[in-house]
Amino acid sequence: MYKIVRKKVLNPVVKLMEVSAPDIAKVCQPGQFIMIRVNETGERFPLTVADFDREKGTVTIVFQEVGKSTMLLGTLNEGDEILDFVGPLGRPTHIDKFGTVCVVGGGCGTAIAYPVARAFKEAGNHLITINGARTMDLLIYRDEMQSISDEFYETTDDGTCGIHGFVTTVLGDLIQQGRKIDLVFAVGPAIMMKFVAKTTEATGIKTIVSLNSIMVDGTGMCGACRVHVGGQMKFACVDGPEFDGHQVDFNELLGRLNAYREQEAIALERWKKEHGGSN
Amino acid sequence: MSSDKPKRVRKPPTKKIPMPEQDPAERIKNFEEVALGYTVELAVAEAEKCLQCRNPRCMSGCPVEVPIKEFIELITKRDFMGAAAKIKETNSLPAICGRVCPQESQCEASCIYGIRNEPIAIGRLERFVADYAREHGEGLPEMAPKNGFRVAVVGSGPSGLTCAGDLAKLGYEVTIFEAFHKPGGVLVYGIPQFRLPKDIVQKEVDYLKRMGVELKCDYVIGKIRTIDQLMNEDGYDAVFVGSGAGAPNFLNIPGINLVDVYSANEFLTRVNLMKAYRFPEYDTPIKIGKKVAVIGGGNVAMDASRTALRLGASDVHIVYRRSRKELPARAEEVHHAEEEGVQFQLLTNPVEIIGDEKGNVVGMRCIRMELGEPDESGRRRPVPIPNSDFVIDVNTVVIAVGNSPNPIISQTTPGLEVSKWGGILIDEETGMTSREGIFAGGDIVTGAATVISAMGAGKRAARGIHEYLSKKKK
Repeated sequence: MYKIVRKKVLNPVVKLMEVSAPDIAKVCQPGQFIMIRVNETGERFPLTVADFDREKGTVTIVFQEVGKSTMLLGTLNEGDEILDFVGPLGRPTHIDKFGTVCVVGGGCGTAIAYPVARAFKEAGNHLITINGARTMDLLIYRDEMQSISDEFYETTDDGTCGIHGFVTTVLGDLIQQGRKIDLVFAVGPAIMMKFVAKTTEATGIKTIVSLNSIMVDGTGMCGACRVHVGGQMKFACVDGPEFDGHQVDFNELLGRLNAYREQEAIALERWKKEHGGSN
Repeated sequence: MSSDKPKRVRKPPTKKIPMPEQDPAERIKNFEEVALGYTVELAVAEAEKCLQCRNPRCMSGCPVEVPIKEFIELITKRDFMGAAAKIKETNSLPAICGRVCPQESQCEASCIYGIRNEPIAIGRLERFVADYAREHGEGLPEMAPKNGFRVAVVGSGPSGLTCAGDLAKLGYEVTIFEAFHKPGGVLVYGIPQFRLPKDIVQKEVDYLKRMGVELKCDYVIGKIRTIDQLMNEDGYDAVFVGSGAGAPNFLNIPGINLVDVYSANEFLTRVNLMKAYRFPEYDTPIKIGKKVAVIGGGNVAMDASRTALRLGASDVHIVYRRSRKELPARAEEVHHAEEEGVQFQLLTNPVEIIGDEKGNVVGMRCIRMELGEPDESGRRRPVPIPNSDFVIDVNTVVIAVGNSPNPIISQTTPGLEVSKWGGILIDEETGMTSREGIFAGGDIVTGAATVISAMGAGKRAARGIHEYLSKKKK
């Protein structure tokens, strides 16, 4: 059992939890992920490591409540325990001094982008960050991202905060202006990553995306997370989760992410009936 | 002239006493065990047929060397607890072996009684004895005093559990590390409930725990701790790697990543380990169409097809590229699948999975095959018949064409030699790898094989570890 030592509501649908898992905290790296099972009847699902504290022995997760499993997790409070917390899985982000690095975070993905961005900054890169969401209330990690960035942009789809538009609006402008960007790192909804990769494609800026495929085991055993990258089949859990965005077959990924839409709706409906939504 | 010479009267050949089973029409509607097991009377009657050969051949057919003759004799004396203890001298998991071992090609294949008759039903008797003992509170085996050595076992599948059990008996302090949240490896995620109830696996694991074996679940060796850390920092004197052949193989055909295409591993893990058949009471879903094709002809393909029926599919096809004779699955499993209504598309090979614009499977294009000359496996090579392609109407496809070794351990253990296809190389006698003190066995060495061969490997490695550490005096 893994105790939740801190819980923070970041916005109406995104929550942060610090979970006591000393063995994992000791070794995990930015870019890796954890498999979680909240309780005995729960699903196993992946969440990327948002942060860790080796001294305190905690791992931070940030998640958006989108379906039953994340809502169930969201109902837990400080002092409660998570039944299974497995990791660290996947390959860590390859951090190096590339020059100018642009880190793009979309919605809840910004929480995952943050430790990666920080590591890029610490490695001596000039750090540009773009933090985007549908609307102002859904922007997270605003101060954290700003504090480590050399240049910091925010976008909202509805214009309630920062630039009215998408993360790709800003990224496209930067490229248009002829800014020399050596690496783009994007994490967020699959559709956002697809368009980030499209935006950088013409200029050939190396673009790394962190894929959020469906997983069951997370250790290379089930093949649910498979995706074609450069025409070759890869497993996001062991070969990734990060890949060259220009090589990823995003349409296939988007299709596979929708595999359980009907079942997810059934589970959510049932959950709402039983619990009246999350608290 | 010979008419007045009395003919020697030979008894007609006898068959194995049948084991009661759930009716096929009923059982495809539930996940309860298909075979119900012998009663005391049936077991004793079957055991009494055993010839008690002076030089029994059955035992040499058993990878874990169960004293078959002796345990069967104890059944005839109605000493069932004694029979169980006798089996457990060499086999820590008889309730599992009695259910899933391919006895027809092992112990029973060598049975002398089987020359004229059907062989003695050794598997059914083993199952009976193990179930009887479990239900009647069996005691622990004789345990050697603790010898001060600590051994780490990576993976709690059949090889790891066997290795751990044997070492614990010899006085070692053993810790098993399991990546999943439940111990048992393929026994819990792969083999369906209707063939091997999960509480039986749990009871066998509990028995090991009573023997003092420690078990750590949710623990991915190679990620959270490396093997070198286990040995250099955590105080383990030897490590056994039984991490299995986890990585599913796919076919290199168009449409393989469509939404409704599963690896057998994913399909079976969702259903068995995550209990998707009880969705939405359990949160893990499984999506299955009315018409299902399972590609492959092994036990896993049989398990997947029978699972698909139980999930409500109306048409389930096994698509296999060779003929019936070459089906790698156990005869009993093929028989059960047929009884339940699985249709066999033999000498057939898929060439494309067809999807609609949303990525849903709407059919599978296949080609007919014929058998040519034998290939390196000794089986006749299937050759496509030109212009014979046709489309099977399916909306779910399960790929059951084998697994490759899980790469996590070999990638994170420097100096560990692996073969071209990723299997860990070992010394056949001792099970030791190219790294001193690190042993391996089961599917991670051989590639996907049977439960019992993995157990045999675990047993050999336990012996190898014992020899290795005995020279090291604590």
